[in-house]
Amino acid sequence: MWRNHHRLSGLIVTAMVVIKTFEIKNKLGLHARVAAKLINVSTRFKAKIFFERDGKVANGKSLLSILTLACPLGSRLTIRAEGMDAQEAVHDLGKLIENKFGED
Amino acid sequence: MVDDAAKRSFVLKGIGVSPGIVIGKAHLFDRFDVRVSFYRLRDKDLVSDETKRFKAALKESEKQLLEIKNRLRELAGQEPLYIIDVHLLILKDKMFINHTIQYIKDLCINAEWAIKMTIDRYKEIFDKVEDEYLKGRISDIRYVGQMITRNLAGGKKDIVPDIGGKGIIIAADLSPADTAQMMMNKVQGFATDMGGKTSHTAIVARAVEIPAVVGLESITKLVRTNDDIIIDGTAGLVVVNPDPEMIKVYDDKRKHFEVAQENFLKYARLPAVTKDNYRVDIGGNIEFIEEIPTAISHGAEGIGLYRTEFIYINKGQLPTEEEHFANYRSIVGLEGLNWATIRTFDLGGDKFYSDPKLAKEMNPQMGLRAIRFCLKEVDMFKVQLRAIARASAFGKTRIMFPMVSGIEEIREAKRIFFEVKDDLVAKGIPVGDDIEIGVMIEVPSAVIIADELAKEVDFFSIGTNDLIQYALAIDRINERVTYLYEPLHPAVLRLIKHVIDVGHNAGIRVAMCGEMAGEPAYIIILLGLEIDELSMNPLAIPRVKKVIQESTLQESKALLAKVMTFSSAAVIREFVNNYMRERFPEEFQTNGT
Repeated sequence: MWRNHHRLSGLIVTAMVVIKTFEIKNKLGLHARVAAKLINVSTRFKAKIFFERDGKVANGKSLLSILTLACPLGSRLTIRAEGMDAQEAVHDLGKLIENKFGED
Repeated sequence: MVDDAAKRSFVLKGIGVSPGIVIGKAHLFDRFDVRVSFYRLRDKDLVSDETKRFKAALKESEKQLLEIKNRLRELAGQEPLYIIDVHLLILKDKMFINHTIQYIKDLCINAEWAIKMTIDRYKEIFDKVEDEYLKGRISDIRYVGQMITRNLAGGKKDIVPDIGGKGIIIAADLSPADTAQMMMNKVQGFATDMGGKTSHTAIVARAVEIPAVVGLESITKLVRTNDDIIIDGTAGLVVVNPDPEMIKVYDDKRKHFEVAQENFLKYARLPAVTKDNYRVDIGGNIEFIEEIPTAISHGAEGIGLYRTEFIYINKGQLPTEEEHFANYRSIVGLEGLNWATIRTFDLGGDKFYSDPKLAKEMNPQMGLRAIRFCLKEVDMFKVQLRAIARASAFGKTRIMFPMVSGIEEIREAKRIFFEVKDDLVAKGIPVGDDIEIGVMIEVPSAVIIADELAKEVDFFSIGTNDLIQYALAIDRINERVTYLYEPLHPAVLRLIKHVIDVGHNAGIRVAMCGEMAGEPAYIIILLGLEIDELSMNPLAIPRVKKVIQESTLQESKALLAKVMTFSSAAVIREFVNNYMRERFPEEFQTNGT
């Protein structure tokens, strides 16, 4: 974890960037229903959120964008969040993935 | 390349609900099938308006999805809801929205075009995905795209299916809103997955004289637009991709059918009088004033049921008094028609879902519809009543209130009608002085209190479709229970007999305007009950008249007495069928049952 310092009209804005990688453990992978669940969580946060897999980056607040990553069972998904509440965002999203989105 | 497997010919069996044969091209009807035009914006200044239009359509689509979600929540468990959630998320997806707006701006094109480009872009991305499931998600994106496009076109108004040339409509099910929007002159036939003999598709098909087969279960999955197809509405068969031999056979059948129809018309204009001089008035049931010429040529002596729903359906707003009047004026006092029975507003149920506010009922058939609705929306009701009263100045008019279940309803409806009528008279506007008031007998409670209702009205008209459905507890659009829909059920016959006897004891006239009135096999029974008027689909009139002209009241009474001793519907049906086959070999052999 580190901090970025942006100088904006004399004010120092501190943005937090949190990056963490998770393994997709549910059988069907990131299909529409679980992607919808991810969006429902990610859109609660102010932080910018990106999902990354095999060099492809998706907007973490766009369902279609996430679906295009096509993450099957066993794939590794990196979540990157930038903003004041980045830490909570990654925590909550990570919990959802770890819990297999409440399915098998 | 043409897929050979898809071109093999096969036959599907359903329920034939409108007779006749048609050979033509299939046209799959999809409610979202919007006629879309793509165009470039005239100049850059229009971009912001176009973006606004797109955003408004997004909002409207979201509203509709939330409504669907609410309805689903009431009907089903949580399972299907997530699909709606996915659709909602696509609708709100920033990337989806931004891409589309970007296309509008950069290419200076209309929103419809931009949406199509966005969908195509996603299609390209999803096509590369190996996972079959994810690949299929493009269908969700497409669904949402179609929904927005439809709303861009201004909601339902513009979804008139443009089937190019003529075609046979293939659909899961057709609602009144769907058929009201079709250009019927281009429709040659119907074949649907769902439905029974009295479903909306069936009624419309018979009204406009085109063959229809319903209850085919999965025809929408098996047939593609432009497939060659034969509809045999008499036998209830659909032949898909027929070979030339088959086409020839059916073309011959079609010719025979048309000749037979012409022969019937010979008897059509003669009155329906039995050999022992019992006369039944024969009316036609119509929905559109355009059907009047057919009604007259097929032998209708009056209009026994004018369904006024279509004055309301497919309109952005409520019809004005003048619009009502124009319709009623064109059936009242017309040369060749002795009377016109106008049924007031019977919306609700399956007849109306253009206005979502009215449609949120779990069981609309038993919901707030017909007279119940009218007595709640008195101002709207009065508009219709004023127009009917004004039309009555031009000829014999009967006004009929649907779905009356208790005495208060008919009293209240009459009170409102006379208030309207007195008001017209006070203003010096001419009103007929022989206007008759009646109730439609279609709720079992109305049968039971028929003696009380008879004191309030000039006539009864038995609406058998609903009466049978309510009495036997059958959802008439559920094809899994249509086998229970049995007009010859002893309970139904007793109900009908009771209504006619009570009406005659009270000295009022009793008509029947349900589907049952137009079925030749039942005519002898109805004659035996001494029904005063039979009103039916105009196309059914020639055969019904022919049966009446060749029978006697005496034999009808004997048959009725016998039938009333049976306890089972199956026994009654067999007895009646045998009787009719023997008595009218010509009528009842060729067309089966």
